[in-house]
Amino acid sequence: MPRMRMNQAITAAIRDEMAEDDTVVVLGEDVAAAGGVFKTSVGLLDEFGPNRVRDTPISEMAILGAAVGAATTGLRPVAEIMFVEFFGVCLDQLVTQAAKLHYLTAGAVTVPMVARASVGAGRGFGATHSQTCETWFTATPGLKIVSVWDAAGAYGLLRSAIRDDNPVVFLEPKCAYGNRGDMVRGEEGILPLGEAAVLRSGDEVTLLSLGQMVPVALAAAQMLEAEGISAEVVDLRTLRPWDRETVLTSVARTRRAVIVEENPASGGWGHEPASVIGAELFGELLAPVHRVTTPDVPVPFSRELELNYLPTPEYVTSQVTSLCNTARSPHPWWEEPS
Amino acid sequence: MATQSRTELLAAYRTMATMRAFEERMHIEFAGGGVPGFVHLYAGQEASAAGVCANLTDHDVLLNTHRAHGPAIARGADIFAVAKEIYCRGEGLCRGRGGSAHLHDTKNGLWAANSGVGSGVALGCGAALAARTRGTGGIAVALVGDGAVNQGVVSEGLNLASIWKLPLVVVVENNGYGEATAAGYAIAGGGIARRAEAFDMPGVQVDGSDYFAVFEAAAAAAERARRGKGPSLIEVEVTRFFGHFEGDAQTYRSRDEAERARRERDCLANFRRTVVAEGILDAGELDLVDTDVADLIDRVYAEAEAAPYPPDDELMEFIYADSL
Ligand SMILES: Cc1ncc(C[n+]2csc(CCOP(=O)(O)OP(=O)(O)O)c2C)c(N)n1
Ligand SMILES: [Mg+2]
Repeated sequence: MPRMRMNQAITAAIRDEMAEDDTVVVLGEDVAAAGGVFKTSVGLLDEFGPNRVRDTPISEMAILGAAVGAATTGLRPVAEIMFVEFFGVCLDQLVTQAAKLHYLTAGAVTVPMVARASVGAGRGFGATHSQTCETWFTATPGLKIVSVWDAAGAYGLLRSAIRDDNPVVFLEPKCAYGNRGDMVRGEEGILPLGEAAVLRSGDEVTLLSLGQMVPVALAAAQMLEAEGISAEVVDLRTLRPWDRETVLTSVARTRRAVIVEENPASGGWGHEPASVIGAELFGELLAPVHRVTTPDVPVPFSRELELNYLPTPEYVTSQVTSLCNTARSPHPWWEEPS
Repeated sequence: MATQSRTELLAAYRTMATMRAFEERMHIEFAGGGVPGFVHLYAGQEASAAGVCANLTDHDVLLNTHRAHGPAIARGADIFAVAKEIYCRGEGLCRGRGGSAHLHDTKNGLWAANSGVGSGVALGCGAALAARTRGTGGIAVALVGDGAVNQGVVSEGLNLASIWKLPLVVVVENNGYGEATAAGYAIAGGGIARRAEAFDMPGVQVDGSDYFAVFEAAAAAAERARRGKGPSLIEVEVTRFFGHFEGDAQTYRSRDEAERARRERDCLANFRRTVVAEGILDAGELDLVDTDVADLIDRVYAEAEAAPYPPDDELMEFIYADSL
């Protein structure tokens, strides 16, 4: 079983799809000659040549627009948007073009494209380059949204995303690019979209998470075990369409749900599963569905502040412990009465 | 002048006459309250789409604008299905999902791509790239309006098309206004065609009341794209005979602007005058086309108004493509 860093696994996934399907092309800023600013396309230019691996100008609208046009006419573009924030300059191409064309044409065209981007805090990139922004996309039928955090998941899910006939937003926490992990390369390593993964079993609380909050939830589950609380950890993996069945089955058994999110409390991605869990399992829950998030502030630049901003395993553990002991949602740290 | 045969010219006249009659009738039906949503009519601009599309094959992709009816007809889409789509019926071109502004017909190389004006240029880059990469021999043609040229996506697309030498033709239909805002007010830099210079591609301005001028400019640009020489831009000067959309009070232009254009810059009248004067076609056969078209339009509207709506149980269809 090979071990790879997550950025290498991403490169491997693109490479393996390109080798199998010559309609797969890569475009983005500095993706070809430089191999990507996060080294997620190293070697692709050499192997597949400049027709299939293309550096673009700093033109996100043109990148995504061209990806849509190419996807509807026979290619499978994998477009890189360097930081998720830059979807802000080209959201029309994704939300109003890519996500709509299959529908508008009553199925006459498909839009098989992947729009990849780095996300997340933890590397001192400051307020404009550290958000996760999942909720920019969640309210758009027709899009699929995937978030990863390890080599095996990134490889398996990206291969599925490239094969998928729908536009897929593929989010990669920049802090996780260096994560080394075991992975299965080849067909057996491919993971389906739309399926959550139960990474750790437990029976008193379900920790539902996504992206780089998954390892935080896993570490918290370990700490909770020491405190005598048995936590199940579910990695949602695909945020749209999300795997209700796995989530509801887990929470129906544990009867408590805590959603661990890397985004501001107001309007974060966890609202959607929280409302569904609450509605579906109302009478059976032992505690309110609880969300652990960041505070409602931009991501701070200063390292100390940035680390405070992100949920830590210790913080998740204390929140879960309080929820389990009191059956009430604990206040977040920034609202704690002093 | 004409590099087209008699038959082709007669077909071009029929196409333009059909577009015109379709829109004149749409204007009446809309005023009568029979047309849902809102519509942008193409009347007055016919020579643009007709002259451009006469140079395209089924392998080529035309990325339409919101002023979509005329170009759809010029591209050969089934006019009955076009009307039904505008009337949101289940047998419409897009089964009632697209509507007036999103007419799509894959087999005739017609792409609905205009929700945000100007996007067609970026999508056209992709379609042109796909055509070249896959070796289909096709080219892409993006239609945009004068208002759309101030979108960033147009500049980004022109630049990308140029550095990648894509087989793309950008046709800017300058009808003088983006909604109520005059092109003369909104566009810096000495005009639209000149912007092409900045991107190192040919940019020409043609009189859109002259079918032959449009045809020739489009022929040259398409030829250049097919020969791998890269993109071009054509600015077609037209006047729309109706408002921006039906119901537009048109307070931004003088009352007689459209009337004057109908008298002096009518592409159909100009076409007829030229072909008759040059002895290529005779007035009688053009009259026959007019009669034919009038009859067709009657049937098209009668059928559209009587067509069934999409069934309720189709609501959740076409959200995702079935994956491999
Ligand atoms: C990005 C974007 N902004 C605004 C609109 C609203 N809108 C629809 S049509 C239109 C005018 C477009 O003018 P032009 O490109 O000249 O085309 P015309 O309507 O004159 O054919 C506007 C502003 C839009 N569709 N897309
Ligand atoms: Mg205009």
